[in-house]
Amino acid sequence: MATHNVTTTEKLAARGTRWVATLVVVFLMAPILVIVPLSFNSGSYFSYPLEGFSLRWYEAVFTAPDWRHAFANSLIIGTASTLLATALGTLAALGLARSEFPFRSVVMPLLISPMIIPIVVVAVGLYLVFAPLGLIDNYLGVILAHTALGTPFVVITVTATLLSFDRSLTRAAASLGANPWTVFRRITLPLITPGVATGAIFAFATSFDEVIVILFIGGTDQRTVPRQMWTGIRDRIDPSILAVATLLILFAIALFLTLNRLRAGAERTPS
Amino acid sequence: MTVATDRDDRAGAFRRARRRDARRAFALALPLLAFLLVTFIAPIALLLTRGVQNPELGQAMPGLAAALKSWDGTGLPDERIAAALAAELPKAQAEGTLGTLARRLNFDLPEFRSLLLKTARRLPATSDNWMAALAAMDERWSKPEVWHVLRRAAIDPTPDYLLAGLDAKVGPEGGVVSAPAGEAVYVDAFARTFWISAVVTLLCLLLGYPVAWLLANLPPKPAGRLMILVIVPFWTSLLVRTTAWYVLLQPGGVVNSLLLSLGIVSEPLALVFNRTGVLIGMTHILLPFMILAIYSVMKGISPVYMRAALSLGAHPAVAFLRIYLPQTLPGVGAGCFLVFVLAIGYYITPALLGGAGDEMISQLIAIQTNQQLNWGLAGALSAYLVLFTLVFYFIFNRLVGVDRLRFG
Repeated sequence: MATHNVTTTEKLAARGTRWVATLVVVFLMAPILVIVPLSFNSGSYFSYPLEGFSLRWYEAVFTAPDWRHAFANSLIIGTASTLLATALGTLAALGLARSEFPFRSVVMPLLISPMIIPIVVVAVGLYLVFAPLGLIDNYLGVILAHTALGTPFVVITVTATLLSFDRSLTRAAASLGANPWTVFRRITLPLITPGVATGAIFAFATSFDEVIVILFIGGTDQRTVPRQMWTGIRDRIDPSILAVATLLILFAIALFLTLNRLRAGAERTPS
Repeated sequence: MTVATDRDDRAGAFRRARRRDARRAFALALPLLAFLLVTFIAPIALLLTRGVQNPELGQAMPGLAAALKSWDGTGLPDERIAAALAAELPKAQAEGTLGTLARRLNFDLPEFRSLLLKTARRLPATSDNWMAALAAMDERWSKPEVWHVLRRAAIDPTPDYLLAGLDAKVGPEGGVVSAPAGEAVYVDAFARTFWISAVVTLLCLLLGYPVAWLLANLPPKPAGRLMILVIVPFWTSLLVRTTAWYVLLQPGGVVNSLLLSLGIVSEPLALVFNRTGVLIGMTHILLPFMILAIYSVMKGISPVYMRAALSLGAHPAVAFLRIYLPQTLPGVGAGCFLVFVLAIGYYITPALLGGAGDEMISQLIAIQTNQQLNWGLAGALSAYLVLFTLVFYFIFNRLVGVDRLRFG
């Protein structure tokens, strides 16, 4: 009797959990699934039923100089800040992963803090520092700011990769007469490349999604896609914003798939 | 003797080698530290110091500022102070520093700009009794609170912005007084920010825990598919998700159309431009952080403990509460701290989905810098926000460790 009760409760609990989880997944995916079809609507309302299939909002995005400029800016700023953040972050991680690294318990939280400190505070502060340097309404200013925001992801992923990596490989190379630079280039770098690439993708996504810093220190010339979306929602919202949103969702899926590939590759690598 | 020296030498060489290795390791992190010093630490430090700086009166009228500092602040000031004001007012106007000062004084007393500009326009060339001349020109000069504002403006550095951030100020008698209920804004805004963040954290925990459990306990294939459904929203731009909710929750939007056509409601619900919209949007954006944090702990929990408890006759609910739940607490703690710390700094989502009564503290900082140009108050509010964030970050780091943060 008792056994029977227990299994019923267990089944109910498992079924309940499944139901709750299903609803949560619907909640997570619904906004994405709902706005994608709306972006192909021939009418200009944000509601179902769709009036007909049309690519007019995509045409509107691809022909609007504002949006084209915004996409170009997002790529320029994202690429430049990712390269900088990856170089600085990987270098720091190479130091941090060594057991001799001094003051680690202070340095590590400090390097991660750009991820945690409220972004408005950083943006207003950047305005104060960059204004006298002529870095307001300027590509370099935005790139430097986005680099700072992207570095924590590189530091985290590369440090994690280095800590799981077998030190005897570099020692073996060194004992066979390789100089430190050769050891780094031939042994360390190939092994940490998946981690570096993962960090770089996170840094790029951070820049690609950032709007507050651009609101404070960027000018009309530096308008990126999120900055243009912000204006779009605030001033005059029309379905072309849904076309942009759909393109960004595709982009997010592409980043995710790349990341999965990298991870699968990293797991195959013997370590 | 020689043996001991030898050992000392070797120990010294070893210590020197370790120090050299430590320096080399640190040197690798140095470029990033230097970079963050300029692009991250200096900006925050500069903004926070703005919260105590008060240079405007001293720059525009140094003589008046010095005279005001030596005044005890009771009643009306003496002739010496009035004369200093009369002497330096035309000079400040000629040098162009008067505008900045007038804007600064307006933060404390909204009519000060007009009073100062009017006085500068009509000031006589000479007078035997400046106090009487000023009062004759504008009777506001005979009010003690006007002079009190000037006296507070002479104190640099000042605690006044930090007090204003807590809806308080230094009264004419010298003690700290609270702002009247109608003018108190910031304590409420901090309380609201914490409240919204706490509710969002709780919602994320309630919604995220079962999903994390499924992720950790399903067979690899379905778990992988479920993971994709959690990660794709996580990777989708914050602005895209906020836009999506903006569109979905409108009175004529998808959610209301669905509810109306199913007959669940008879008229559209107000789901956006209010607290509901903020909570839905922020929970949606922060939920994947919670799920991933709990999942990363759950996947390491061995099923044998639960099996043992059940086979020994524990009720599944008891076994869950006493055996499974305690093992997941590190993940729950990490997820809650992470979601809460990220939530208290939110700006975009409450700005787009919230209404007039839902401003979070980040929005008020932005208003002070963009609209009021009150950098002092922006600095003071930022100081509190950064302080609260650092306290939670410190606890998080102590309990979980920042190096254990993982994404994706």
